[in-house]
Amino acid sequence: MRRYGRRDVLARTVTHTLVGLDARRVEVEASVESGIPGFTIVGLADRACQEAKHRVRSSVAAAELQWPRHRITVNLAPAALRKEGSGFDLAIALAVLAASRQIPRDALDGHAVFGELALDGRVRPVGGVLAAAEGARRGGYDRLLCAAESASEAGLAGIEPVPLRHLAEAAAYLRGEIDAPPWVPLNGKGRPSFSYPDMADVRGQERGRRAIEIAAAGRHNLLLAGPPGTGKTMLARRLPGVLPPLVDEETLEATRIHSVAGLLPPGRPLVDLPPFRAPHHSASVAALVGGGPGPRPGEASLAHHGVLLLDELPEFIRPALEALRQPLEDGIVSVARAQGMAVFPARFQLLGTMNLCPCGGRGDPAVECSCSPQRLASFRDKLSRALLDRFDLVVTVPRPKAEDLAATPGEPSAEIAGRVSAARALLRPSPPRRVAAADDLLTRAVERLPLSGRGRARVARVAQTIAALAGSESVLSEHVAEALSYRVPRELDVT
Amino acid sequence: MNELALAAFAAETGSHLVAEPRTARFERFRREFDEPAYLSSLRDRGVRWLPRSAARFPPGLAAIFDPPPGLFVCGETDDGLLEHASVAIVGARSCSAYGASVARKLGRELAAAGLVVVSGLARGVDGEAHRGAVEAGGATVAVLGCGVDRVYPAAHAELARRVTTCGLIVSEYAPGVEPAPWRFPARNRIIAGLAAATVVVEARERSGALITADLALEEGREVFAVPGEITSALSAGTNALLRNGATALTSPGDVLHAFGIAPAERQVAELSPVAERVLRCLRDAPESADVLARELSLDAAELAAALSELELLGLAEESAGTYRPA
Repeated sequence: MRRYGRRDVLARTVTHTLVGLDARRVEVEASVESGIPGFTIVGLADRACQEAKHRVRSSVAAAELQWPRHRITVNLAPAALRKEGSGFDLAIALAVLAASRQIPRDALDGHAVFGELALDGRVRPVGGVLAAAEGARRGGYDRLLCAAESASEAGLAGIEPVPLRHLAEAAAYLRGEIDAPPWVPLNGKGRPSFSYPDMADVRGQERGRRAIEIAAAGRHNLLLAGPPGTGKTMLARRLPGVLPPLVDEETLEATRIHSVAGLLPPGRPLVDLPPFRAPHHSASVAALVGGGPGPRPGEASLAHHGVLLLDELPEFIRPALEALRQPLEDGIVSVARAQGMAVFPARFQLLGTMNLCPCGGRGDPAVECSCSPQRLASFRDKLSRALLDRFDLVVTVPRPKAEDLAATPGEPSAEIAGRVSAARALLRPSPPRRVAAADDLLTRAVERLPLSGRGRARVARVAQTIAALAGSESVLSEHVAEALSYRVPRELDVT
Repeated sequence: MNELALAAFAAETGSHLVAEPRTARFERFRREFDEPAYLSSLRDRGVRWLPRSAARFPPGLAAIFDPPPGLFVCGETDDGLLEHASVAIVGARSCSAYGASVARKLGRELAAAGLVVVSGLARGVDGEAHRGAVEAGGATVAVLGCGVDRVYPAAHAELARRVTTCGLIVSEYAPGVEPAPWRFPARNRIIAGLAAATVVVEARERSGALITADLALEEGREVFAVPGEITSALSAGTNALLRNGATALTSPGDVLHAFGIAPAERQVAELSPVAERVLRCLRDAPESADVLARELSLDAAELAAALSELELLGLAEESAGTYRPA
C-alpha cells in the first residue's frame, strides 16, 4: 500500500444498529486515500444510510472543519448485516474526521456513537437510543456520544452519555478542548406530565365500571359488548388510568420498545405509565404484532405492560386477530425473517369492544335489530372460539338511561386505583384459595351452564381477583357467583 | 298401494305427492322399484320407514286431510314416541329475546311434564323450543322440510344431533331431498298433525307459524298464542290469532291444563335476600344490570352475585344485557 507513497489513513468508530430490539455492534471504518476525490459508503447500507454522505459532508463544512479532498471510503462492518436508518451519520462523520487527522484517533477509544446529523451540523436524536446504549454498555464501552435530547434516555442504560448539540462540539470534546457537557439523569421524580382520562366522567354504568376495576386488579382481558353509543369506548379508554404506574424494570422494557419505534415524545423520555394503544380496525397483521423487513415492534409490543384496545373487535381482519393469540399466550411476539428472528416482548392486557350485531340494534331497547340470521351468524363467526376464550371478562354495556346520565359524577380514577393496588399486593404473594362452598358452586355452574374447562379456569381466576379486591383471604361463594356473571353471554357463544 | 315406492318416486321426481299418480311414469317406476334393496339402504343410513298403513303410524297425523304416504324417521328413540301426547311450539325464525326466552321455557317445562315437544328445527323459536326440551331431558320431535339426512339449517347440526339422542327427526321426504321454500308449508301440516295442541310463540303478520296454526285449527286441534306487545311487529301474528279466538298462553300450566296434567310443584329454591329482591324487581319488568343496581341501590358486585345465583337456579336469564325471569 505504501508503495506509491500515499498518505492513506484508517480510523474506526463504533455504533450500533437494531435488529428488532437487539443492538448489534457496527464498526465504521473510514479510509482517506489519495486519488480522485470521492465518497463511498459500502457494507449493505440502505437508502437512508447512503444519504448519510450528503448530511455528513454538509455537517463537516458547517462545523468549520475540513472535508478531505481525497478518496474517502467508509465501510460498515460486519458487511453482511443490513444497516438501516440514519443513526450512523455521527459515527461516519467522526470516523472521517479521525481518518483525516482532524481529531485524535485514540480519543474515540471507549466511546460508542449514535446520532443523526442535520445539514447545519446539529446532532439529531434517533429512535432506539436506549437499546443502542444497552448494547454499547454490554460491549464494554463507557461513553456514548449522542444527541443532547437522547442523553437522559441513554443514561438509563447505565452508560455515561456525552450529550452533543453540534458536530463542532463533538470535535471539540474529542480534541480535549471542552469537558463532556452535563446531562440530567432521569430518576423518575419529575413525573408524570400527563394523565389518562378519569373514571369520574363516566356516569351510571355500574357494571361496566366494576368490570374495569376487576380487569385492572387482575390484569384480565376484558370484552365490552353492547349497542353503539352506550359508552363502551369511553369506559375502555379509562382503564389505563386505574392501573398502577410501572415499576422500574417495566419502565425500562416499555421505554426500550417505544424508543425503537421512535414514539417517545420529546420531553417525556420515560414510559412510566402503562402504555395505552388503540390501533384502528384497518390494522394489518404486521401493524398489530410487528414485522417489516427490519422487524419493527407492532401495537401488541407497544402495549407491553399496558393496554391494547381493539375498538370494534369484529371489524379487524381475522388473520390479525388470530395473530394475537401467540402474544396473549406467551407474552412475546417472534417475527421470523430470512435474516433471523426478532423477538419482541408483548405482555399486554387486551381490551375489546363490539356491537352485538352488524346493525348495532341488538340489545338496544329503543331500536329494533334488522339483521338477518345469516348476517348475525357470519358476524359471530368472525370471532373465533379461541379468541373469545382469551377474554376473562365479558360484559354487556346497556344504553344508559336518562336518570343515569343526570347522576352525580362517578368515583374518580384515583380512588379505584388505590383499591386496584391493594388487590394486586394481595394477589402477588399467593392468590386467595377457594373455600369448599365456593368449589361446590363452581362445580354446579359447570354442570348447569355451558362452561368449558378453560371457561372454568377463567372464572376461578376472576373470582380470585374479586376476593382480593374485597380484601378477603379466601375465595368465597359470593366471589365465584360474581365471577360467573362475567362469562361469555349466550348470544356471542359460537356453539 | 306401495307407500314407499310413492315416497321414493316423489323424491326422484322432485315433487310432493300424497296419492299415487295415474301416470305411465309412476307405473314403470313401481314395477322396477326394488323395495327390499331400498329398505336396506335406508337401514344402512340409520333411517327407518313408517308407512301410513302401519299400525304405529301416529293416528293424529293419519287423520289430517292430506296425510303423507309415510314418515322417514331417524333417532335413537322408539317410533312409539310419535303416538305420545305432544305439543307443537312454533314461531318466527328471527324472534326477539322475549320470544326466544318464552320458547325455551315452554320447551323445558312441557317436556319436563312428559309432553313431547314437536317443532321444525328452524332458527329462532323452533330451535329454542327443541333446546329447552333437550335441556329438561325430555322428548322432542323435529319435523324437517327436507330429507332426514340433510340438516337444515346447517347451524343447527349440533342441536339435531342432540335431538336424535333424546327424540326423533322425521320427514315425509326421502333421504337426499334438498330443502326448498315450498316444502316448508307442507312440513307445517305434519307438525300440526302430529301435535294435539299447537303453541305459536311469536309470529309476524304473514308467518309460516300462522300456517301451522291454521292447519291445526282446521284439524280441530287446540291452538295457543303467546301474547306480545301490541307495538311489536313480531307479535302482530300471535295477537291476531288471539283476536280470532286462540287461547291466550300465560304460563306453561295453561297447556298442561288442556292435557289434564297437573303442573309440577315448583320447588321453592332457597334464595338469598338480595336475590329475592332482584327476582321480584325482574318480575315487574326485564331490566339491565345497571338499572337494577340503581333501583335496588345495590353495588355492582352484590348484584352480579345475585344475578348469577338466579341464573344458576334457572330463575333468570340474560340476553343482550337485559335480565328477565325464566
